[in-house]
Amino acid sequence: MADAARATQVTGLDNAAPHLRVRDLAKYFDVSPPFITRALQGSGRSTLRAVDGIDFQIETGKTFSLVGESGCGKSTVARLVVGLYTPTKGQVEFDGVDIAGLTTRRAMEPVRRRMQMIFQDPYASLNPRWRVADIVAEPIRTHGLIDDNRAVLRRVGELLEQVRLSPQDGEKFPHEFSGGQRQRISIARALASNPEFLVCDEPTSALDVSVQAQILNLMKDLQRELGLTYLFISHDLAVVYHISDYVGVMYLGRLVEWAPAEEVFHNPQHPYTRMLLDAIPDLEMSGRPRQAVAGEVPSPIHPPSGCHFHPRCPLANDRCRAEVPKALPRTGGQVACHAVEENRLPARVQP
Amino acid sequence: MAVQVHPNEIVPSFGRRVVDSVHRFFDGDVFHSFRSSPVAMIAFAVTMLLFFLAAFAPWIAPHNTDDVSTLNLMNARLPPFGVTDDFGTEGVADFLLGTDDQGRDILSAIMFGLLVSLEVGFASVILAAVVGTVLGLISGYVGGKLDSVIMRIADVQLTFPAILIALLIDGIVAGLLPRALHEELKIYVLVLAIAASQWVNFARTVRGSTLVEKGKEYVQAAKVIGVHPALIMIRHVLPNVTGPVLVIGTLSLALAVLTEATLSFLGVGLPVTRPSLGTLIRIGQQYIFSGEWWMTIYPSLALVILVLAVNLLGDWLRDALNPKLR
Repeated sequence: MADAARATQVTGLDNAAPHLRVRDLAKYFDVSPPFITRALQGSGRSTLRAVDGIDFQIETGKTFSLVGESGCGKSTVARLVVGLYTPTKGQVEFDGVDIAGLTTRRAMEPVRRRMQMIFQDPYASLNPRWRVADIVAEPIRTHGLIDDNRAVLRRVGELLEQVRLSPQDGEKFPHEFSGGQRQRISIARALASNPEFLVCDEPTSALDVSVQAQILNLMKDLQRELGLTYLFISHDLAVVYHISDYVGVMYLGRLVEWAPAEEVFHNPQHPYTRMLLDAIPDLEMSGRPRQAVAGEVPSPIHPPSGCHFHPRCPLANDRCRAEVPKALPRTGGQVACHAVEENRLPARVQP
Repeated sequence: MAVQVHPNEIVPSFGRRVVDSVHRFFDGDVFHSFRSSPVAMIAFAVTMLLFFLAAFAPWIAPHNTDDVSTLNLMNARLPPFGVTDDFGTEGVADFLLGTDDQGRDILSAIMFGLLVSLEVGFASVILAAVVGTVLGLISGYVGGKLDSVIMRIADVQLTFPAILIALLIDGIVAGLLPRALHEELKIYVLVLAIAASQWVNFARTVRGSTLVEKGKEYVQAAKVIGVHPALIMIRHVLPNVTGPVLVIGTLSLALAVLTEATLSFLGVGLPVTRPSLGTLIRIGQQYIFSGEWWMTIYPSLALVILVLAVNLLGDWLRDALNPKLR
């Protein structure tokens, strides 16, 4: 039955118009030393390719997670999608409209209301000088959604209850709350303008494990109640497994594999995905040595040639070192790997 | 008429918020730090006393030194009460700290001079703080070319001492305006010159703090919400950079009073008709070798105490507002 549900999910992928479609999205940062240093040392400009041409799409009401090690560009994707960064190239289509091309604040305004973001650090994402009620009311007041101040505060009270806080908490300051409570305030603020789409940039990574589960369950409940669509950024595979419909695996600015969560976790194709999954500790494997993630992420300023993963990949050959792998269809999604294309992939030992 | 209160409503009561804020202040770290620092308490008390003496000088000073008609040359150069000078003249109780060459009571002159000094000090610090904070905020938040331009202007500004600027502005004003008007405008020239030499400190500090705050997620959250950049600067960044502004403002007040005294001492400051502490010291120092030391020592002492107290207060404030030192 679960398989049938997954099958409709997978086949429905191409027919349904996606809520968000990202096409060939890239962001390069200029990390050159100052002009004088360059002139003296005779060195040229250097660019950091934080995100280097990624494509994915998210359907309405679903959760798409991006995972990967630190520095692989996950957060940059989140910032590109909400418009905190302007992409170097590529499109971000939100309900068919390319929002990456909207440069003025005025043009972005309708999108701003419909797309909100939850940040990583609940201690930095709330202005310490503002009362909680004012923080949560900011989107409402900015977009002029409710004119009457009493009605605004009533709505703030509802929002605080929605995230399982008390309306009376609105009178307090952020420092009077714990990390988990602050993240709830952050979620309440993100929900204040009735958005359809939430970008969550590692919303649980700064929290205790017990609190993480509460926040994740709250986010799942809200998704069900309000029909929200999530783009979820995380490095924690356990969290991702809990919340995602689709999972995309990023490595050095590229999306190496994406598919429905069940597929990624139980039938991983890309060697990097397999490496990450092998590193998850498991109760059943106690006693057995754990396969640690081997090697380190190379510098994105001087990435390896061909497939970025080849220096760490057990299956790498000359083609991998020379040629960038193209994204090929796999069950329910795509994978970019020469070994998969050439059928060199060994059968995976299920832990 | 009873207002219907929704059960979910957060009742916004302005009065409660004010009471709450006052409560927070006295419960807060800053007040606690103040209570546990004797230096801060003494400096605060002395500063307040001097402010009080200055502000109420017209009512509590024993003589009105502003009114030239009350002066009597017969009372000129009297020594302080209880002191006999080289010519055998004894001080009288009416002129507690003695009199100057015009017969002005030194104590009263100090009180009026304090008022003038503080007026110039406050005016220039407020002007410098407003200009510096606005430019620093814009420079740090907007960044790029605008930042470079503002900061280069600040660098150039730093190479000119306040005295030079005061002389320059004073010279221009003197050349352009009739003499009477010039004398009247001198206080504004002074304020402008001191502010011009001080806004850089504010601008640099605010810029630095703004750069830090700009990177924090609450500013990014405001951007994602779609708040206007000007509102982000005013409502989000500004409240979080006021601490350093307050500290620099306090320390700058001491410096401004001192600069004003220096300029007045050199003769480019305030006219003799409205003497500040610096002017009093300048008038008095002409008589110091003839043994009439009180004319210059007492105003100098007042200046030292004021500057010291304000400086100590500023130092304490800097430590109290610095979370790393707590």
